[in-house]
This record gives sequence, structure tokens and C-alpha cells, in this order.
Amino acid sequence: MSTPSKPRVATTSLCGCFGCHMSILDIDERLFALADLVEFARSPINDYKEFDGRCAVGIIEGGCCNEENVHVLEDFRKHCNILVSMGECAINGGIPAMRNNLPLRECLEEAYLKSPGIWNPAGILPNDIEIPLLLHRVYPCHEVVKIDCFIPGCPPPADAIWDTVVALLTGKPVTLAYERLKYD
Amino acid sequence: MSNVTFTIDGREVSGRAGQTILKAAEASGIYIPRLCAYKNLVPHGSCRVCSVRVNGRIQAACVQTISDGMVVENDSAEIREFRTAILDMLFVEGNHYCMFCEKSGLCELQALAYRFGITAPQYPFLNPDRPVDLSHPDVYLDHNRCILCGRCVRVSQELDHKNVFQFVDRGYRKRLQVNGEALAATRLAVTDEVTASCPTGALMRKRVGYAVPIGQRPFDAQPIGAGNLQTEDSP
Repeated sequence: MSTPSKPRVATTSLCGCFGCHMSILDIDERLFALADLVEFARSPINDYKEFDGRCAVGIIEGGCCNEENVHVLEDFRKHCNILVSMGECAINGGIPAMRNNLPLRECLEEAYLKSPGIWNPAGILPNDIEIPLLLHRVYPCHEVVKIDCFIPGCPPPADAIWDTVVALLTGKPVTLAYERLKYD
Repeated sequence: MSNVTFTIDGREVSGRAGQTILKAAEASGIYIPRLCAYKNLVPHGSCRVCSVRVNGRIQAACVQTISDGMVVENDSAEIREFRTAILDMLFVEGNHYCMFCEKSGLCELQALAYRFGITAPQYPFLNPDRPVDLSHPDVYLDHNRCILCGRCVRVSQELDHKNVFQFVDRGYRKRLQVNGEALAATRLAVTDEVTASCPTGALMRKRVGYAVPIGQRPFDAQPIGAGNLQTEDSP
């Protein structure tokens, strides 16, 4: 098992597609170096669902589209020294933010009542207490909590993630090389 | 024509009387970032991305003419910050989704943001409600990506002599309008110069998207202004 002296890294996917987490895996054989360098706290990578202590770095994929996203993001802010927005959804809301100029009810009616192939004779919109309430619009993470560092891209290149994480963990300034700063 | 000598960031530059700072700089191999400036058009001075400090005052380099002994500040930390703020505003005012935009990698707005190393805008997103005009058989107009630079308005008037586009309303409500019910009802043809003039993905040819593979697009490997920009050919 890992030694407790290693810096701890937490990651999560809020309103994202997990593409950015796929891009983390794209660092290929450097995953071994990463495993030597850090210990993963709460993350989909180890499937830990809760924080059990402070973390050096928290990496957020996706923006905030529902109340649960906001709670998780605030929890990350509370437990992480440095919070990183990873990918376009975390930075500008991404594809989910395309609903931002439409009323929420219109989106729900389109999805559950009006779309071709829908079978919903009772005309019910999902409102179970187990389902997190949707926000009226999708927020980028830095409009909800303080974010310290951004890695753009959809998804960000694996090298951009690697360079940023290594710089943060070694206390160096984070600068993305020109060819690693991408919005697509 | 008389020669005019002035300095840009301490470097001595000479140009012809009546030349703008932007063109004199370009002739001397100095790139000044710009968006609304376009070859063979009368300068417009609307986007303010080319702003420089001239003898202590902020001026648009595309419209300000040069004079002897002028001191121009182009690449200082202050001017870079100023331009970054303008680019940030252009991004939050519209709906710019680079991840599926056909212009991505060829877009001058995106390329400038790359050049200035913008990772996230400093202002909150407005997410305006803007229409998309798909009526024309060969060209579409996506107002979500329009930055109101006025290139299409001017190219259509000055080069195509058709006057297809106009600005309507003012201030925050200012928007682009076509002179007709929709794009299809105008005299716009796909072969018009205006079709290729949009710096962003607002005015685009249909059915030719994503033609250049990622990695080979103009701004993938080197920043805008590093020799890959359309050059201003007339004085």
C-alpha cells in the first residue's frame, strides 16, 4: 500500500461525459509514475465515494447542472488545497450549457413528453426525491467555488493533464505549452 | 511619399505618411493582433483587439495613422492584459462551443485566445438566446458565434457590392441582421468573398466542415500571427 507521505489527489466527474477521465488514462505508461507520485483519494479511478482527509489536488470534470453537483464541488473545495477545472464543461459548462438559454421546463418537456418515440401516457416529469434537482442553468465550476487552475480541452490532451498535475505536485508554475492549450 | 519614423516597443520602424500603425508594423514584420481588420477593407476599429498605447493614449492600431517620433507600445504586459479582457468579453457575450464548431482550429477568435494563453474567461457567461439561420442552401449564419466585428457587413458592401448584412439596434442589443426575411431571401451566393471572411464560425459554408484533420489546422502548431495569417496587402 501507499505511504501516507504521498500527496493525495481526488477527482470527480460532475455534469460531464467522463471523456476527461478517459484522457487521464491516456497518459499511458506514465500511470505507473503517477501511482508512485500520488495516492488517489476520492475518485472514480478507485471508486472511493467519500473524502477521508485533506487532499493536495482536486480535479473536477464537468460543470454544475444539479444540486448534487454543487454539493460535491463544495465538498471538493473544502477538502482540497488546489482545485483544478479540467475540460470545457468544468470551464464553460460545455455541451450541457446549451440548455442555458431555454427554460428548464421546456427542456424537460422536450426530453420526457415531446421527443419522437416517447411513451409517457401519464405525462410525468421525473420528480422522485432520490433524483437531484436540476438547476435552472448549467454553471461552470468557477462560478460556484474558487478554482485555482484550469486545463481547457474537450477533452484536454493527456500531456496537458500530466504537465499540470506534475507542476502542481512539484510546486512549479503551471504553464501549458502552446500545442497543449486547446478548446476542442 | 515621405518616410515616417516611429518606434514600436522601442524598436525603430519606418513607414509611409498616411499608413496605419497596423500596416506599418506588418510591413516591418511586427504582428499586432486584430479581428475586425480584413484585407482590402477600409479599417473599422470596432473590435479593439489591435489596441496599442500611442504616446500614452490607447488607440486602435488599425485606424490610427503613423507620425514622426510616435511612441507605440504593442507587446507590454498592460496591453496584453487589455486585449485578454476584450477577448474574454467576446467569449462570454456569445455561445462559443469550440468542441463541435466546424471552425475550430481555423477560427481567429480561438487562435487569439490561444496566443494570449487564455484558459478560462474572467467574466461570467451570459449564454444569450441567439438564432441560427439555415435557410440558405449553401451558407449558414449562426448568431451564437457572431462577435459583431462587422467584417461581413463591410465585405458584402465594399467588395461584393451586395449589402447583404447590416447591424441593427445598439449597445448590448446590437446584432447582425440580413437584408431580407432570411439568408435565403438575400442575394448572397456561396462564391461571394463574404462567405470566407468571417473570423469565427458565424458565417460558414455548408457541407465542407471538419475537412482539415486535427493537428494540421492552421493554428494547431503555431500561434496566429506567426506567419500563417492573411497579410494586409494594400497600404
